Amino acid sequence: MQKLYLLVPLAPLLGSIIAGLFGRYIGRTWSHRVTIALVFVSLMSSIVIFWDVLEGNSYNGSVYTWLVSGDTRFEIGFLIDHLSATMMIVVSLVSLMVHIYTIGYMHDDPGYQRFFSYISLFTFSMMMLVMSNNFLQLFFGWEAVGLVSYLLIGFWYTRPTAIYANLKAFLVNRVGDFGFLLGIALVLMHFGTLDYTLVFEQAPGLIEESIEIIPGISWLVITLICILLFIGAMGKSAQFPLHVWLPDSMEGPTPISALIHAATMVTAGIFMVARMSPLFELSEVALSTILVVGGITTLFMALIAVVQTDIKRVVAYSTLSQLGYMTVALGASAYSAAIFHLMTHAFFKAVLFLGAGSVIIAMHHEQNMQKMGGLKKYMPITYWTMFIAALASAGVPGFSGFFSKDAIIEAVHFADIPGVGFAYFCVLATVFVTALYTFRLIFMTFHGSPRMDDHTREHLHESPWVVTLPLVVLAIPTIAAGWFIGPVVFGEYFKDAIYVLPQHDAITRLGAEFTGIFGMILHAFSTAPFWLSIAGIFTAWYLYNYRTDIPGKVKTSCGPIYTLLDRKYYIDELYSWLFAGGTRSLGTVLWKVGDVKIIDGFFVNGTAKVVSLTAALVRRYQTGYIYHYAFTMIIGIFVILTVWLY
Amino acid sequence: MSFEFPLLSLIIWLPIVFGIAVFATGNDTNAQLARWISLIGSTLGFLVAIPLYSGFDITTSSMQFVENYVWFERFNVNYHLGVDGISMPLILLNCLITPIVVVAGWEVIKQRVSQYMGAFLVMSGIVNGVFSSLDAILFYVFWEASLIPMFLIIGIWGGPNRVYAAIKFFLYTLLGSLLMLIAFIYLYKTSEGSFSIEDYHKLSIPLTPQIFLFIAFLLAFAVKVPMWPVHTWLPDAHVEAPTGGSVVLAAILLKLGGYGFLRFSLPIVPDASLYLADMMIALSLIAVVYIGLIALMQADMKKLIAYSSVAHMGFVTLGFFLMNAYGIEGAMVQMISHGFISGAMFLCVGVLYDRLHSRQIADYGGVVNKMPVFAAFFMLFAMANAGLPGTSGFVGEFMVIMSAVQINFWYAFLAATTLIFGAAYTLWMYKRVVFGAVANSAVEGLQDISKREFILLAILAFFVLWIGIYPFPLVEVMHSTIDHLLIHLSTSKL
Repeated sequence: MQKLYLLVPLAPLLGSIIAGLFGRYIGRTWSHRVTIALVFVSLMSSIVIFWDVLEGNSYNGSVYTWLVSGDTRFEIGFLIDHLSATMMIVVSLVSLMVHIYTIGYMHDDPGYQRFFSYISLFTFSMMMLVMSNNFLQLFFGWEAVGLVSYLLIGFWYTRPTAIYANLKAFLVNRVGDFGFLLGIALVLMHFGTLDYTLVFEQAPGLIEESIEIIPGISWLVITLICILLFIGAMGKSAQFPLHVWLPDSMEGPTPISALIHAATMVTAGIFMVARMSPLFELSEVALSTILVVGGITTLFMALIAVVQTDIKRVVAYSTLSQLGYMTVALGASAYSAAIFHLMTHAFFKAVLFLGAGSVIIAMHHEQNMQKMGGLKKYMPITYWTMFIAALASAGVPGFSGFFSKDAIIEAVHFADIPGVGFAYFCVLATVFVTALYTFRLIFMTFHGSPRMDDHTREHLHESPWVVTLPLVVLAIPTIAAGWFIGPVVFGEYFKDAIYVLPQHDAITRLGAEFTGIFGMILHAFSTAPFWLSIAGIFTAWYLYNYRTDIPGKVKTSCGPIYTLLDRKYYIDELYSWLFAGGTRSLGTVLWKVGDVKIIDGFFVNGTAKVVSLTAALVRRYQTGYIYHYAFTMIIGIFVILTVWLY
Repeated sequence: MSFEFPLLSLIIWLPIVFGIAVFATGNDTNAQLARWISLIGSTLGFLVAIPLYSGFDITTSSMQFVENYVWFERFNVNYHLGVDGISMPLILLNCLITPIVVVAGWEVIKQRVSQYMGAFLVMSGIVNGVFSSLDAILFYVFWEASLIPMFLIIGIWGGPNRVYAAIKFFLYTLLGSLLMLIAFIYLYKTSEGSFSIEDYHKLSIPLTPQIFLFIAFLLAFAVKVPMWPVHTWLPDAHVEAPTGGSVVLAAILLKLGGYGFLRFSLPIVPDASLYLADMMIALSLIAVVYIGLIALMQADMKKLIAYSSVAHMGFVTLGFFLMNAYGIEGAMVQMISHGFISGAMFLCVGVLYDRLHSRQIADYGGVVNKMPVFAAFFMLFAMANAGLPGTSGFVGEFMVIMSAVQINFWYAFLAATTLIFGAAYTLWMYKRVVFGAVANSAVEGLQDISKREFILLAILAFFVLWIGIYPFPLVEVMHSTIDHLLIHLSTSKL
């Protein structure tokens, strides 16, 4: 079994190396065959491991020793339990589907082999991240997925917007990683190890310890650690105020938007916090922070999605908002609900993205929804799979998103820590907004009258099977994944991986009321989220299918609000002025004044000048005329004699 | 000690003898002969250094491969050589970089080939001498001698402003090391007539003279590293130096300063080191933050990498003066890693410069369209420079940050800003040079790297990845020595 663990990350790595280094020799077809076969191996291994884990086996062990310094051994190793096994299935399944989809989507791209190499490398990195049994390897995977994300956003490297977006993504993520690394450093300092199990065992002993990083203000060590770690999660999972990179990341090809910027990488932060639940549970301040940050992200990002016209950007903002849901769940100690939503979201969001990609291919790379409409009859498979995903996203009872989102909302309702009221308002209001923007997308794209030019319309057709097959395959869990809520969220599925303090345990209280999935569906009809969701869908239908003249009027009458949303609250402008501009000005000043004027101008060249001036002065006395020297000697003798005599 | 063969002498003198043989080939009619002799000499130089690693005993902190002969009996000066876990990896790094530099200059240097190649071989031997000397005078002779070849390399094969840069480099470093000589004479008197560095380690000295000694050493070593604020010679020297010169300067010569701190400052004057540690940490952190910001604004690629070198070497001095195992071992790893990464970065700029004769970022853009293989290598090294895990650049920075947080949270905070600034200046440069559409007709005409260049970059890439993925063997050889140093540091010499 341990060899199989190694196979899960190493098979895609091998595929990546083959496609990356030898892609030009083995050609396009063999590049995708090799990488897909190896990701398939990874998926199969993950399934076998998952089965093994379900039978009650788990594993925690080291692969090799990375480094020994002082008394600390830094290991590379695997922790295989219900949490990592679930993530492995999600990652390898979505990755395999995206690999297949890519054959169709990137068909004419000259960077075909490079693309396969990158997405396989991503699969490797993500596996290293989720399978890790220690903070060091977690950080390795964390940065490695960031690297691949950077490479893929900038995949079309001749586009100025793409290479701007990838630099921005990397740097914003680095701000998060900055906090994350400091958090890891504090963990090492206080626990003397980076191994999860050892850290979690000692964690309760640290609960009283405090630290004064600013003199006079005392922090609990555990709170500081958790907040620093969460800053890392905010970067990777694009939470406010570090969310700015995710919408721009849509500059990358659509398959990676689905794989990396929706289903897997951006959920790494959620996964990490769930994995660290034994730490986060000990700090109520950290949990409250998470709750509020998540609440802000959920609602305010969803509002932006309502005014976007680029089909990919709608889905991107929707991703931000859904990540906010997961974050809120973490803050409410509903870790299992967060992971469950992570899983259902991975499937329905992958379908939405891949479907959007399918539409974009059919529209000859037009992404503006205002130029679409009526695509339903041309692309039935794309339409129906996306429709299912939209129902799941809006939380319509029976579909996967309904179960996970409802569990989160209920858990927040039951939770009792500061900030929970605000978070509850946010998640509830967002149910309406989510249904509105999702169905706005569906109606604007697939219904109504076609608004594209004639040339495009004549060539409209359903995408090839390599594109539709992943949609259909992923549509199945989009419907059905939610049905496992009983055992996974309310049951004992995560009991070894996730730790919740009894006083935070809203999930168990919810579980007591849980009477099976049909009971949950029936119960939904009497709750607010259901009616908010229906209202959202109805509003979308009314505005974007029935009375399509209204949105334009609303836009003009609510000018300032519309502009604020359209400009994304001016956060990008603020950051580029304050951080990018500020840093550059500071750098210029330090260089031109500090280095050039003060150090070099005054000290270095100044010293040289003093030496040369002194030399010039002294040189005047070296005239070379004998009578000058004789005269000087006579004066000298005269002076000496005078001194000596008196 | 069981190894009777004078291995260290061979490692020092073999490159020097070959260097003289290369000089003897005379003018450029024999250029090809000079190149081949240099390649053979430098490769042999690396091969004979391998037993140093394979025969190294990791369990002891005492000197190994020791040779000791009387040199000047009257002053008790000895030809005394030996290595420990600190110097051995640095010697290997030096022996590895030399053939790379020789091959890097293969087709590029067309004038005075024999002198150019010879100078690098002689310098390689001299630097090995610096790292293995256990006698203060022998050390001083090698130390000062190492200036001469580099002075010539910058002054003869350098850019338009080479004379200013060469003289600035020479005076800066020479002035710095004069006080070191005075320190040695003081120690000679205090130890009642010994120039043995190991004797100095055991010498007890009161605090005030310790502080004076520390400052004397500091000037010598701080200039070499270089630490803020005596770093301004480095960007000028790099900009004017030919590619090979920059590679050796960054990869090897800067390490002399770092080595000096470990061999002299910390063990000889531990109480003064402890007393002044806060100042040293402050200077190092200024180097990391201030220089990182300056690097961001450079328009010249070589200047940018030079400034980034100063920032990365700031981690080295920071690690030393945190005085715990993570810190010092991390600083050592950072030195070795920086040797590979900065060497590779300068080679990459050299590859571009050889083709377009410009170092200005603004003259490039869209290089990836014409040089995809080069772009891939450059990406790897840029990421290593930005400290990405899995590359060697991460290991040292990680360990030093782990160490800093134990002393003071804010030290770690400031040091960790390199995560942001390091990525910002490196990747912003990469974006403007490599990404984008083809910027102009000069870029349009670029040819991808040749086999020769490919091999050089591949060798460096191998080491960058190896140290990143499996640093264990590298750190293993340092353990005993650094453990011993830490124990030594914790016992007062007053």
